[in-house]
Amino acid sequence: MARTLLLVGTRKGTFLLESDADRRDWELRGPYCEGWPVYHAIYDAGSGSIFAAAASEWHGSAVWRSRDLGETWTHSSEGLAYGDDAGRKVSKVSSLAVSPGGRLLVGAEAPGIFESRDDGETWSLLSTLAGQPGSEVWDDPANQPPGHLGISALMPDTDDAARFWTIVQGIGAFETADDGGTWTPRNRGLRRDWPSEWEEVGYCVHRLVRSPSDPQRMFQQNHVGMHRSDDGGHSWTEITDGLPSEFGFAAAVHPHDRDTFYVIPLDPGHGRVMHDGKVAVWQTRDAGSSWRPLRSGLPQEGAHLGVLRAAMTIDASDSPGLYFGTSTGQVFASADEGESWSEIASYLPAISSVEVAVLD
Amino acid sequence: MADLHLPTTLTPLFPGLTRRVDVEAGTVLAAIDELEAQWPGLRDRLVEEGPALRRHIHVYVDRERAGLDTAIEPRSRVDVIAAISGG
Repeated sequence: MARTLLLVGTRKGTFLLESDADRRDWELRGPYCEGWPVYHAIYDAGSGSIFAAAASEWHGSAVWRSRDLGETWTHSSEGLAYGDDAGRKVSKVSSLAVSPGGRLLVGAEAPGIFESRDDGETWSLLSTLAGQPGSEVWDDPANQPPGHLGISALMPDTDDAARFWTIVQGIGAFETADDGGTWTPRNRGLRRDWPSEWEEVGYCVHRLVRSPSDPQRMFQQNHVGMHRSDDGGHSWTEITDGLPSEFGFAAAVHPHDRDTFYVIPLDPGHGRVMHDGKVAVWQTRDAGSSWRPLRSGLPQEGAHLGVLRAAMTIDASDSPGLYFGTSTGQVFASADEGESWSEIASYLPAISSVEVAVLD
Repeated sequence: MADLHLPTTLTPLFPGLTRRVDVEAGTVLAAIDELEAQWPGLRDRLVEEGPALRRHIHVYVDRERAGLDTAIEPRSRVDVIAAISGG
């Protein structure tokens, strides 16, 4: 019988939530990774391993791996460094992805992308996006405050291992078609409410997702607005109208419907929590022409929750399950595309990421 | 042999590593490299690019704050501390 596994990265380690195919009753396990701050935890279906990108304030960055669904763990940072003479340090590993063929990618601060071709045993530097507009800014340690993620996301192509997208936090999205050899900024049409010395970068892309049913269709939650692309990220159109605010972090795209997409708008001020203390995921079914809130089962009073950029995900079931984790340690799940929700974990540490895997 | 004391945050990361280890090394870095030979990956947990001690790893040799190149005597006590860095 199929099982659903949620991988929850938190400020104090990785947690796992497991359910049967009904996705109603969940069993919590953890914490794992010795309580290190975990920025992203993923499941690699090819190897059957869990990987967690973590950075300890004391012991630095490493990628943790479990080959037995969390029973035992090892960690490695072999090769996860820029070198003694590089003038830049790996202060954090913050985003993970698996390329077609099974190669692992991890994004770091200072911004750089490392790869592993041996299931996370060893790592080597793939690219720092050197020479791209803005790189002299992101390489300045003054622009790398403690909460900064550097490479905040990696999004592989589904077929071509040499093609993937990345987000440099506060700079924008980039695409490579030659495995990091060259890069192209993919921010055309995005809005920004601040001055920038560059035409093609200087945008604050929070989350980038791509429709599994139409690879040309992408959505992004930006610092200023929701945006849609119909040409694989080459150009963007804003679709914020109808949402309670332009700001948010998390986003998810329906696995079977190219027009359905989910976001969690937040108050854009310092609080960055949900509006009016009411928890809602907002859904469009028409590619952003209209939006509606999904609230059934979610707290509607005194719930000042935040959700970070990697903390909402969706599974690929016929009736997709939607999941998000909060910066105050709750996990909410829906087994019916967001129509109704239940709280499946209540007291975890602050949640950085939520990913889902369906295991046979 | 110098008497090396390690923090509780380090030992769970390496099977067989204990809080107290006898080392025969001339400097703090050499002592860490001696541990690295037995527990691969351990150096990375204490030392970052530079090489330099990680920001919140403090080392004392005979109760004096030390760096990677600080000399160790055969009967020295070396304390490696995971200093407080937030809640």
